[in-house]
Amino acid sequence: MLGQILIITTKMTSARILVSFLLLGVALEVFGVFETLREFAGSGVTVPIMGFGYSLAKGAMEGMAENGVIGMLAGGLTATAVGITVAVVSAFIFSLIFSSKTKK
Amino acid sequence: MQDLERNRKYNEYVTSKMAKTKPWPSLFHAFWVGGLICLLGELIKDSLMYFFPTMTADVAGVWESAILIFIASFLTGVGVYDRIGAYAGAGSIVPITGFSNSIASPAMEFKREGIIFGLCAKMFVIAGPVIVIGVIASIVAGILGLIF
Amino acid sequence: MNRLGKQTFVFNNYPRVIGNYSVVGPKEGKGNFAQFFDEISDNDLFGEKSYEKAESKMIEYTITQAIANAKLKPDEVDVMLAGDLMNQITSSSFAARSLSIPYAGMFGACSTMAESLCIGACLVDGGYVSNAVCATGSHFSSAEKQFRYPLELGTQRPPTSQWTVTGAGCTVLARNDSGIAVTSATIGKVVDWGVTDANNMGAAMAPAAFDTIATHLQDTGREPDYYDLILTGDLGKLGSEILMDLLEYKGYKLGKNYSDCGQMIYANYQKTFMGGSGCGCGASILNSYVLQRMRSGHLKNVLFVATGALMSTVSAQQGESIPCIAHGVVLKGDL
Repeated sequence: MLGQILIITTKMTSARILVSFLLLGVALEVFGVFETLREFAGSGVTVPIMGFGYSLAKGAMEGMAENGVIGMLAGGLTATAVGITVAVVSAFIFSLIFSSKTKK
Repeated sequence: MQDLERNRKYNEYVTSKMAKTKPWPSLFHAFWVGGLICLLGELIKDSLMYFFPTMTADVAGVWESAILIFIASFLTGVGVYDRIGAYAGAGSIVPITGFSNSIASPAMEFKREGIIFGLCAKMFVIAGPVIVIGVIASIVAGILGLIF
Repeated sequence: MNRLGKQTFVFNNYPRVIGNYSVVGPKEGKGNFAQFFDEISDNDLFGEKSYEKAESKMIEYTITQAIANAKLKPDEVDVMLAGDLMNQITSSSFAARSLSIPYAGMFGACSTMAESLCIGACLVDGGYVSNAVCATGSHFSSAEKQFRYPLELGTQRPPTSQWTVTGAGCTVLARNDSGIAVTSATIGKVVDWGVTDANNMGAAMAPAAFDTIATHLQDTGREPDYYDLILTGDLGKLGSEILMDLLEYKGYKLGKNYSDCGQMIYANYQKTFMGGSGCGCGASILNSYVLQRMRSGHLKNVLFVATGALMSTVSAQQGESIPCIAHGVVLKGDL
């Protein structure tokens, strides 16, 4: 939850905000800080997109350790496959059901 | 031919004219909504681990994000998520739910251009860069992990 | 020559307004001008399947109603001048497809209403056509989709942003003995003072409005006081303040006779930040409030200056600044 302190409403577009927080997550994992944060804040750091970056980085690093280069190439997406798949499938289903509406 | 000096002065003048946004209320909005989403996530995870004692923390974590993503997709579908976003700004963009919203909203928007070229093709208009950068960064992380 | 200065055309044969119509969407119908619009739709899809189709239908319907208002039949109309914000002005062209009236597409972004009135007045005045239909419209949802983000994406709108008006307006011009006349028009130059922020259209377009208004006053030798109303299309709150500053710097003082459609169209509680924008903004207000007030004699001389931003999503992404244009049209009541 405390991860939200990092949020400063900038003038950036949402894609840029997502990318920068993602990179922050990757960097934190590489420097080994993320685990400590996670033990302290739990979902406060895993739910934000940083957690997604963390999973990517962790997957790649673990894959590297276990299976070498191939493991590294596969690791990132394997670790995040569930998230991406659920996002794609649910987006697909819901967009078939609903249409976007004009905002009031 | 553009008068650069005049343009610079004009832009300075425009910036001075623009109403200053008050950062504190919006920071607070972002903070509590973002916090609430994370709290909800934690709640999902803890209850999963409570009801299925065999589940490890890692698996519960994956379930947690899957459920949050699903909920956010649904809220986008019924047209609620963008209102949360208008109120909370980054508070609802940065959580994984924002990622889900950024996939579901263009998919809905471009549905009328057909399933293949509309819905499917435009699905990653906003989230695409996130995945691309993420994958590249994971490779870099993997290499760094090897070195250290 | 029927021209004053370099940019102002004078119409000696007085092309007059013989019919007009305005249609707006539900949000505009709750705004400040609700009682003036000819028609307020309670559904912004207008019974169509997509917002693009809705926009086209709205323009087509407005034109049909305006032609009926002018007591003409569609096959008696000589030319239709219309445009909108969509790529390749599809909404207007598709409307022209079903109307089967000789058609010339106009593109001046949000300045299209003034541009089509200006060209229409020229054609009528010169005797090339006996009447001309000038129309434009815009739709919030189709404009958001083309220029900004998906509707359901949870982002915050920046405080300088404006709300694209869902609405259309149409004016029918013809040589006639009585009615509101178009007496002159000033064609603007493309003006770009280096604003790159696509969320701050008011600031980008204000210099164009300034250039056109100043040129118009210079060409005609008039002072701003000459007009009962100087009306800009969609500068919004910030843009109109900038325009007033710029004109004052040049020695022209805009007083109570200055208004901006974008700033006025929505009520304060509607959270549109700087106000309305889009082709439909100026078009719907001109064809409702302004013409009605002129007919009732409250307004006599009106200068309508619609401004437009001539950028595309691609040019904005490539970091180009926003070139803008403004055209002015002078309307004179016949009382």
